[in-house]
Amino acid sequence: MSRKGKAGKKELSPIDIYKLLPKTNCKECDEENCMAFATKIVNQEAQIDQCLPLLKEQYSKAYTRLKEMLKPPVKEVIIGVGDNAVNLGGKLVMYRHEFTYFNPTAIAIDVTDEMSEEELMTRIKKTEQWNYEYIGYTLKLDMIAVRSTSNDPEKFKSVVQKIVENTKLPLILCSLDSNIIEAGLMAAPKNRPLIYSATSENWKSMAELSLMYNCPLVVSAPNDLNMLISLTKTILAYGVQDLVLDPGTFTNEGLADTLNNCTMLRRAATKNGEELVGFPLMGIPMVAWNEKGSTADELIKWREAYLASSLIVRFADIIVMHGTDGWSLLPTAVLRQNIYTDPRKPVAVDSGLKVFGTPDENSPVFFTTNFALTYYTVASDIENSKLNAYLIVVDTEGSAVDSGVAGRKLTAETVAEAIKETGIETKVKHKKIIIPGKASRISGEIEELSGWKVQVGPRDSSEIPKYLQEKWQP
Amino acid sequence: MSHHNKKEDDLGVSLPPDILELLAKFQEIEIEDFELEVGEMELRFEPGMARRILPKILKKTSIAKPTTILKTEFLPPIESYSGKIVEVKLGATKNEGGSRGRSLIIGGETSPAFYSFESKLNHPPVLTLDVFDMKVPLSKAVKMHVREVVDDPAAWAKLAVEKFGADMVTIHLISIDPLLKDASPKDAVKTVEAIAQAVDVPLVIGGCGDPVKDTDVFEEIAETFAGERFLISSITQDMDVERCAKFVKKNGHVALSFTPMDLNLARELNRRMYDFLGKKDIIMDLTTAALGYGLDYAFTNMERARLAGLMGDTELAHPMSSGTTNAWAAREAWLKMSQEWEPRELRGPLWELTTALTLLLAGVDLFMMMHPAAVKTLKDIIQNLTLGKKADSEKYLNWISIKS
Repeated sequence: MSRKGKAGKKELSPIDIYKLLPKTNCKECDEENCMAFATKIVNQEAQIDQCLPLLKEQYSKAYTRLKEMLKPPVKEVIIGVGDNAVNLGGKLVMYRHEFTYFNPTAIAIDVTDEMSEEELMTRIKKTEQWNYEYIGYTLKLDMIAVRSTSNDPEKFKSVVQKIVENTKLPLILCSLDSNIIEAGLMAAPKNRPLIYSATSENWKSMAELSLMYNCPLVVSAPNDLNMLISLTKTILAYGVQDLVLDPGTFTNEGLADTLNNCTMLRRAATKNGEELVGFPLMGIPMVAWNEKGSTADELIKWREAYLASSLIVRFADIIVMHGTDGWSLLPTAVLRQNIYTDPRKPVAVDSGLKVFGTPDENSPVFFTTNFALTYYTVASDIENSKLNAYLIVVDTEGSAVDSGVAGRKLTAETVAEAIKETGIETKVKHKKIIIPGKASRISGEIEELSGWKVQVGPRDSSEIPKYLQEKWQP
Repeated sequence: MSHHNKKEDDLGVSLPPDILELLAKFQEIEIEDFELEVGEMELRFEPGMARRILPKILKKTSIAKPTTILKTEFLPPIESYSGKIVEVKLGATKNEGGSRGRSLIIGGETSPAFYSFESKLNHPPVLTLDVFDMKVPLSKAVKMHVREVVDDPAAWAKLAVEKFGADMVTIHLISIDPLLKDASPKDAVKTVEAIAQAVDVPLVIGGCGDPVKDTDVFEEIAETFAGERFLISSITQDMDVERCAKFVKKNGHVALSFTPMDLNLARELNRRMYDFLGKKDIIMDLTTAALGYGLDYAFTNMERARLAGLMGDTELAHPMSSGTTNAWAAREAWLKMSQEWEPRELRGPLWELTTALTLLLAGVDLFMMMHPAAVKTLKDIIQNLTLGKKADSEKYLNWISIKS
């Protein structure tokens, strides 16, 4: 795994960074020495500004050079202000395995300036409060996209006003009419919303607004990359620096162009160092509602959800969604979390004995595998139900229960060995082990090899409390 | 991270003499796959300490703002690849020595998945639907669609093809498991016979996971149905690979080479089979993990395999199969959750679809799937991605003014 330096043209090594550091080994950055700090920088685990001596006048050249070298090929653009600000882009690589993706795709939920106050507030609260606890992370939504459907600047202004008074979530102001955008900006002059959008028709007035209010600007050129790059070049020359690119999102047979455009833009930025396209990409799964007609809402939400997923996989840095149902948003949010996990993070947890609560000699003994996701799921289920129990984590080389059994990583031998190694025999007096339901195939063998009595537990750990109530007797 | 550069420093900053020593220490930090050895280097990042004093960027001299669009051209970043994914034929018609109504070819890619700006896809990915030969736990969302046929694998296969549009059918011979029913190879042949009679699509023959029993059953089936080009699912490292590869070859079938999410193991198993099987007789399964439960690893593993295959790594230049049904191992796919996440009848199939779609974009050629809605949508998506039609971009920006 390597990270690309300066627009993907060459690979960065710690030595490239080290050479430009003050080499004081002052430890002000909390590292042992400058080389350790340089390694952290390359691994994106530290920021160059943490090197305090480097910020002195005498190193200004080196500092500027380092900043340039470390500039990601996809610019990082910040929407909003304060704690809720959302960073878009900042991508260093095209493929996840090359390094790590930073700044998970931001998910915005739309509202309009024609919604009743009640509807507006309900939708904003819902967006703000939406969350799902998933293996130690809280999945959330990030932004509000305000659309002008009234085409009335005053209406737009008053709705934006209402929104900023009621939420700290960053905004996207959506209209092709610069008068409407301006009205919105007047209601949120210091909030740094994202302006949607500059097109071949209105680019100049939108660029002016972007400069005047210091707001990032989306550039839209539906399925026309020549126009997109021309507009980008023009607007950059106009003085706007923070852009987001919208090549268009298209449903049905348009999906091919949608994915091709995003892929070409991201490749041109990361592999060829093409600076005109080195900006975050925007996708609008909400276009699924463009052709609503008599189609059932459920079907549109289904389409919107898979459009969102394909955009997340294919490089979108921000998306706008209309459907807010849990069933349709959850797969999208979980996929985003998956794609943006650090591939450098180990897939397995340590094997051995885990203790929950204050178990005694009559407490139940479970086992699970050391696949991180399996372990965290089981552990959180036991924890949440406040049980006193022992959990043996068997080393399956990071396999889940079913694939461990299928792939012979989870066998009677590995289980028997784990029982012995953990010394659980000295901690309980019952010699009974509850095994995962998905390992029932090897229950007989475990009994034979370990000498412990096997009780086949539930197939899913969410049923452990119920299972214990009904089936557990020391 | 690359190794350090020994060349003369181009910035004229001199390196202290102990640099090699220092470097020797850090050369350990080679990030490969998912392992990370950082040892004592704990990160302590205190945001408050970041101070920006420098630099004072020179004031930009005021430039003339453009008044018209500065026309420029986007050059599509086309790459060329030295490798090509092998084409594998599944199923055989009467003329081809089997009894199937048609055969299918998968593989043959010359670019990453659906990079159609770069090259046209030769063969669209295909879908095979799961049929089980005995009762297995099925989620409610799936069961409601197959309730009538769960006791009759042949009827189930018919439903999968005729109603759900399956390109192929997978018969999972769960009952042969010595720890379950321990059905005999002859029994398994009977089940396959019934399915082969009921439908004329190419078949996938799935085992129970016991390396010895699977080998015996696969051999019996391979011989009985010689020439059919069934996909034998699967051959794993701990089976008698030589014996399996030989009966697959001798009887004109295709081997599914299964490894647990490790490209080195995948290469190794493929190599072991090359002694007996042609490249065109092998499809690989690199393990599919569910959305939310390791899909990230599966995705990256497959994407890497495909890129490696295209870059000329012939040991990975095989079509890829995915046990997408594994998506249902995620509890969010089937669990009854609180009202805000319901109905699970939609959440479940969307979970399977999302898993499939993610892996479609990593390069999977053959999907083993379960839920009819996920199957239908994935088929539509594949069709839309391969039609070669231009997007209708005219009304795109109308999304801004949709009345809700």
